[in-house]
Amino acid sequence: MKTIDLSTASVRDLNQALHEQARQLTEREWAVTHPGGQHNIAAGLDEALKIDIHGPAGYYCAGMNKKAEVTIHGNVGVGVAENMMSGSVRVKGNASQSAGATAHGGLLVIEGDAGARCGISMKGIDIVVQGNAGHMSCFLGQAGRLVICGDAGENLGDSLYEVRIYVKGAVKSLGSDCIEKDMRPEHLQELAELLQRAGVAEDPEAFRRYGSARQLYNFHVDNAHAY
Amino acid sequence: MCGIVGLYLKNKTLEPQLGALFEPMLLSMTDRGPDSAGFAIYGDEVPEGSIKLTLQTRDADFDWKTLVAALEQKLGQPIDWFRNATAAVLKTKAPEAGIRAALAQTAPDIHIMSAGRSIEILKGIGLPTEVTERFTLGKMKGSHIIGHTRMATESAVTMAGSHPFSTGADLCLVHNGSLSNHALLRQDLRREGIVFETENDSEVAAGYLTWRLRQGDSLAEALNGALKDLDGFFTFAVGTRDGFAVIRDPIACKPAVLAETGDYVAMASEYRAFATLPGIENARVWEPEPATLYVWERH
Repeated sequence: MKTIDLSTASVRDLNQALHEQARQLTEREWAVTHPGGQHNIAAGLDEALKIDIHGPAGYYCAGMNKKAEVTIHGNVGVGVAENMMSGSVRVKGNASQSAGATAHGGLLVIEGDAGARCGISMKGIDIVVQGNAGHMSCFLGQAGRLVICGDAGENLGDSLYEVRIYVKGAVKSLGSDCIEKDMRPEHLQELAELLQRAGVAEDPEAFRRYGSARQLYNFHVDNAHAY
Repeated sequence: MCGIVGLYLKNKTLEPQLGALFEPMLLSMTDRGPDSAGFAIYGDEVPEGSIKLTLQTRDADFDWKTLVAALEQKLGQPIDWFRNATAAVLKTKAPEAGIRAALAQTAPDIHIMSAGRSIEILKGIGLPTEVTERFTLGKMKGSHIIGHTRMATESAVTMAGSHPFSTGADLCLVHNGSLSNHALLRQDLRREGIVFETENDSEVAAGYLTWRLRQGDSLAEALNGALKDLDGFFTFAVGTRDGFAVIRDPIACKPAVLAETGDYVAMASEYRAFATLPGIENARVWEPEPATLYVWERH
């Protein structure tokens, strides 16, 4: 295992060393110490590395991740795992807003709370939040699954496309075109699998499912007079 | 962009280190706001019936001694004072209105940055490090402090356009964000007698709070009024004589993070600003909810 201390090395040095692993893999396991909330830590990875960040990270941590398994032992700033393609990111603390934004794949687990706009415009990622998620979460969500074990803030799933949202706690309000849907056996099974992958001990039966009413997909002729 | 930071000490034994603890917090926000910087520090309180004013000029060689002598003569009251780079802090028993009138007559180019019993606002253009070194922030003592690093978006980079803005006795405001209805609101507030020095949107927010407080609102009422009447993005930190308050707009566009230990409460635009605080690894760290008022004050 290789350790990089960000109180002496720069984030640029760290990321360059990690990116070089995509060309020639020499070290699979990495530890990052003294992250100090700096931005862009472990962004743009393209190799199946295992990275442990010991402390709080700033914006866009593990952004654009492909294949790597990143664990942050602390809180993260805005946009953790934004645009992730594959692999997994685990936040041991809380995440700020826009966690997993626009991400296409992989698994994001937030053991604490997620801030506002968690999973905004998500395009295939799976997100499991063990605590609460903030307002406007899953706004414009297109594909993937969002699981919230705590409560969801205002306007959950506004202008939703095809993300399936599972919430155990209370939902403060649903956004436009987001509705509660039946929990069918295939959903219980899918949720059980997701919770297991995330290592979260929750009973799928305790969750409710929300999804798109699909009323905003196409232009509605009755609205023509508004133009 | 812009960066905002605040530090409120619960542990009085840390008060001699307030400036030293706060300086790296402000400097860590340099890339959010490299145009200008400023801070409002609370401490060195004058007794009841006295007032402390912080004055500032762009002229580094300004003759403060002559100005103070002229003011003493006009007011018929002694003034205790000291100079700090381009600023001077005056303490006197003379009434505030009298000092303001005398200053407007004697030295109309002097800016009154702050007035109160505890507050001193010091600010200027340039990189945050230039501003903190100019005023020797690292050596300052006090109970609490809020600061700002500015990346100008709405108006010119000038001393008057930099933060914090005074909003009344011992009150000040720092703002991260932008307001879209500031022109109209400025007109309305001018009609109410509020004076504006710049075209800056944050100055309008400060003027709005000044007006509401003058109307008899509590700080909480004034800030809740701001949620309704200000259109735009904002995270505000408000300094008061006894502490500080934080509030974000209803959709929480602009970042804010809070940290609390047994020794202090800190707020910042980003966690990075906390990295040098003692005991931060065991602090409770969280993000303030939208449209929710957070206040810490000594009682």
